[in-house]
Amino acid sequence: MGAKAQTAKRRYYKGLAFQEGLRKTVVAILLIGGSVIILSPIWWMISTSLKPMEEIMQYPPTFFPKEIHWDNYVRAWTSPAAHFSRWLMNTALITVCVVLASVFSNAFIAYGFAKIKFPGRSFLFAVVLATMMIPGFVTMIPQYILFAKLGWMNTYWPLIVPSLFGSAFFIFLLRQFFMSIPNELIDAAKIDGANHFYIWLRLMVPLIKPAVATIAIFSFNGAWNDFLGPLLYVNDEKMYTLQIGLQTFKGTEATQWHYLMAASLMVLLPVIALFMFFQRYFIEGMNLTAGTKG
Amino acid sequence: MNELPTKTAAARPMKRRRLTMERREALQGYVFVSPWLIGFLFITLGPMLFSLYASFTNYNITSRMDFIGLGNFVRMFTADSLFWKSLGNTLYYVAFMVPLTTVFAVLLAVMLNQGIPGMRIFRTIFYLPAVLSGVGVYILWMQLLSPSTGLINTVLDFVGIAGPAWLFDPDWTKPSLIIMKLWSVGGGMLLYLASLQGVPKQLYEAAEIDGAGLFRRFRTITLPMITPIIFFDIVTSTIGGFQVFQEAYVMSESGEGGPMNSMVFYNLHMWNKAFEVFDMGYATGMAWVLFLIVMALTVVNLILAKKWVYYEGGDR
Repeated sequence: MGAKAQTAKRRYYKGLAFQEGLRKTVVAILLIGGSVIILSPIWWMISTSLKPMEEIMQYPPTFFPKEIHWDNYVRAWTSPAAHFSRWLMNTALITVCVVLASVFSNAFIAYGFAKIKFPGRSFLFAVVLATMMIPGFVTMIPQYILFAKLGWMNTYWPLIVPSLFGSAFFIFLLRQFFMSIPNELIDAAKIDGANHFYIWLRLMVPLIKPAVATIAIFSFNGAWNDFLGPLLYVNDEKMYTLQIGLQTFKGTEATQWHYLMAASLMVLLPVIALFMFFQRYFIEGMNLTAGTKG
Repeated sequence: MNELPTKTAAARPMKRRRLTMERREALQGYVFVSPWLIGFLFITLGPMLFSLYASFTNYNITSRMDFIGLGNFVRMFTADSLFWKSLGNTLYYVAFMVPLTTVFAVLLAVMLNQGIPGMRIFRTIFYLPAVLSGVGVYILWMQLLSPSTGLINTVLDFVGIAGPAWLFDPDWTKPSLIIMKLWSVGGGMLLYLASLQGVPKQLYEAAEIDGAGLFRRFRTITLPMITPIIFFDIVTSTIGGFQVFQEAYVMSESGEGGPMNSMVFYNLHMWNKAFEVFDMGYATGMAWVLFLIVMALTVVNLILAKKWVYYEGGDR
């Protein structure tokens, strides 16, 4: 009886382990297949950017370029139809301003909502959350009219100034971070006579550096990839950003895929690099969103 | 603290000091949230109210702004066939994009959560496309979807399928955009993965002891535990889906709307009305109609949520 039960039990667990192994194998195969599908567009982009035009048109297409043409990148970047160097400087300037403004404003605003008691706080915070539901176009058209009346057309002000007022999603994220800091720390500083501005700058901001990094990276991506803003407000070709520049470049190069892919890759490169180096901050932001919505 | 404070002499100043402290606290609070408040009043609420008024006028940004009552809305619903076309295109896009992205994101997250070695690498790979956005990605997809030289038709050809003309075929333009959206499903996946990792292990152990199989465990534990995130994802991607614009604008030659207007989405039509012909009154009217549609759908989602969203620790 004892021995029989023992073998049955062992067989049962062996079965479980087998099932577990099988499951993991199937999942791993699916994930590897999925990865190939996900990565192939990026590979295709790199490969196309290095081919000569004849090879792109060739049938059947090649997965690896036969001869590598690095000069595609130089030609695309210095094409007379574009001013990529100029556009890069413009984009960098706007992006730096937006990142600085939004890191400062969102951290400042979020602290107010997280750690200071004042009448109407929960109502105002509900309004913050509600603004996330407003479709962008509802405010975009009247904002355009407003900025046009202010004489801000063909300047970068409409792209930078709004980030001084914070954004609902970032305020929400940073507030979560601030809330995780114990109140005792603030109370102790208050007893020592510190006001909230001092506490915010000297105590809180250093404590939430990882969250600030998350916001900085998200807003970098937002500013770098912003298409609508410059499309609306910037007319002068010299003042274009990379996104708008790339769009015009696409118009002039039509189906010169090698140049288009090279230019697109160069525009995407900073975002890819940022992601590779600071991946954990992206994931941190997501974890926080998930943790609080659950 | 040796002496007790006498009621009259000491307590009153104490109280006053506390009041002023509370006030000072509140004042500082308002200073901290003031940047948001100013922004809300001047670049959100104010403009919204202005646009609400403008939607009842024939405003054209330069010369005229006469009150015309419901004129814009009457024109929208009865005389603008492109309005209905654009609404139809947008509904098509949302109806397929939202369920597909949700299902794929959940499936990917569940697979990544199986304790597979190399999970971090897979996570990076699947999330990468979600960080890539903007014109560069649209150009990439125009090449991938190119009927003769693109990757997708090359692969389809390889397995013996004649691929469609994608962005050049009115029946395939919207599926093209949905496929492109599915490529960047990693953002949602990451959200689900984070919440899956928060599901208590004991639940699975208990279920396993009771003999619940893989799918049973998924259906009765995993799925209910992540319904709040699914709900959040559905609400936000519905709102986002109704605002589809950039990809259609870039991939249909600067807003022309693709073959047979199959890529004229709601926002693209609104854009052309506002910034091509400067029919601002009409465009603001369209914006408000969209706002009402999105609000109504969000309310419907909230009502439906009671039926299927599970909140641990009771209703909230």
